[in-house]
Amino acid sequence: MITFDEVTKRYADGTVAVDRLTLEAPTGEITVFVGPSGCGKTTSLRMINRMIDPSEGRVLLDGVDVTTIDPPTLRRGIGYVIQQAGLFPHRKIVDNVATVPYLLGWDKKKARDRAMELLERVGLDLKLAGRYPFQLSGGQQQRVGVARALAADPPVLLMDEPFSAVDPVVRTSLQEELLRLQAELNKTIVFVTHDIDEAVKLGDRVAVLRVGGHLAQLDDPATLLSRPADDFVREFLGRDRGIRRLSFVSGHEVGLRADLTVPVSTETAGLRDTAEPWLAVLDEDGRPLGWARTDDLPASGTLAGVPLAPYGTFDRGRDSLRAALDATLLSPSGCAIAVDDAGRAEGVVTREALSEALDRVAGGAHA
Amino acid sequence: MNWLVDFFGDPANWSGPDGIPVRLTEHLQFSTVALLLAMLVALPLGLWIGHTGRGALLVVLSANAARALPTLGLLVLVVLLAGLSTDLPVLIPLVALAVPPILVNTYEGVRGVDPDLRDAAYGMGLRGGQVLGRVLVPVALPLILLGLRLAAIQVVATATVAAFVGLGGLGRYVVDGFATNDYPRTLGGAVLVALLALLVQLVFVLIQRLLVSPGVRRRNAVR
Repeated sequence: MITFDEVTKRYADGTVAVDRLTLEAPTGEITVFVGPSGCGKTTSLRMINRMIDPSEGRVLLDGVDVTTIDPPTLRRGIGYVIQQAGLFPHRKIVDNVATVPYLLGWDKKKARDRAMELLERVGLDLKLAGRYPFQLSGGQQQRVGVARALAADPPVLLMDEPFSAVDPVVRTSLQEELLRLQAELNKTIVFVTHDIDEAVKLGDRVAVLRVGGHLAQLDDPATLLSRPADDFVREFLGRDRGIRRLSFVSGHEVGLRADLTVPVSTETAGLRDTAEPWLAVLDEDGRPLGWARTDDLPASGTLAGVPLAPYGTFDRGRDSLRAALDATLLSPSGCAIAVDDAGRAEGVVTREALSEALDRVAGGAHA
Repeated sequence: MNWLVDFFGDPANWSGPDGIPVRLTEHLQFSTVALLLAMLVALPLGLWIGHTGRGALLVVLSANAARALPTLGLLVLVVLLAGLSTDLPVLIPLVALAVPPILVNTYEGVRGVDPDLRDAAYGMGLRGGQVLGRVLVPVALPLILLGLRLAAIQVVATATVAAFVGLGGLGRYVVDGFATNDYPRTLGGAVLVALLALLVQLVFVLIQRLLVSPGVRRRNAVR
């Protein structure tokens, strides 16, 4: 656990970068520091590995004041990832990753084996091991940066805007990779970003800082989005925070209707009289094929020859309410088809059911 | 052309105390010693100033002062003060000539390393000396070697002045040739100095190939 205890950083010219910051970054969780530039988020991060020392207060690592530890020794036990990756240009990728093991005096073979293992772990082709950093793309370099930080298996990882210099597509994949790695490794991660979407996506807990180094709010993302502490946080979260909140509501919150799905082999004759305007047509395995409009059904034959409208699905076990909402918008019927892991339809989410679920969520926001 | 044939074709010029091998060796000795002395002063100083950022003004001042320094004038002055008992008189102006390019380029090379890289190096837990030795120097090496090459070429070309105060080296041919109206000799000496300078250049290119990591040579790399 990392503890900030009344930490202040004041520079010689009187500027206060961090002002009496008190918070905890729990072991095994991702704590995100987010805020506009000048809010002291990077300064706070750098006080953990003593790249900067506080003017007042203490930063504790598992109860030990970090200023009592010699900086190089401290830093070798803390992974550090920075924005431009900061890879050593004169060293091959494998040796870059093995930097800290070399410093710790591991023998070369063991350090390199470990480096190769990590390259694989962060999703890099092992052919890249013998290349130099300039031969890699920005996203690949950033992956190497993460591998390097993990090389000596430190319990703590500090990440200073690690993904902000790569394009949005690569950023998304790096973020997902980080969550996947974290699920395996359970590191104590402190992650700095100015991007609230990234903060909300990655953080178990998000600390919003305001200019001048004040902590505005520290909460889990769902609480942050539903109950911003003040106007600054509300504004910083942005206009669509309501929609984004849905990402944190499980798909199980929404009720399903099983009576709106029909197998493709069904005779149309019996369906034309139903009151429902749309029916979800499923194949023999129960996977959705599309929507059939009941008014347009032919008088005879099965559903096999009927033209079907496009559909949207979401996985109730894995996806959030946001995905369910998105899926409803993809269908002319205004309904989403809920599927299981194998892609088989479990039922249909109607607008009414979604609306009820949204009401419950909105109710929670004011509780 | 005929003068060159006259000079290089004369077997007398290839042996004895005034022969090309002897003069070439003398020339190389002055140059090498001067370069080594200059490296001894300028490399550590440049690394230290570049690494710590302290004393950068010294670099600027010494570079400008040395540029304004007339080598021949300094040589005569040193000879008048110290006499001709040793090689010292030649070495002082040559060292003075070689220090600035080494100092300036070493300093600029180290100082110019991307601050993010420096930050990452410290953040990984490298100590100050390790940051310098394992990161800053290898990354700055192309510039450091450039400084050494410039210094070496200047020293080799300028070591001819030794002859003006009666010492050896390839400058002897130039000076003696002028004095005796033996122009083939003057020209031959000048050509030898020029060839030597080219050779030095070549040697440094090879050193560069050998020492500089392909990772920091990327600007030359074909992609």
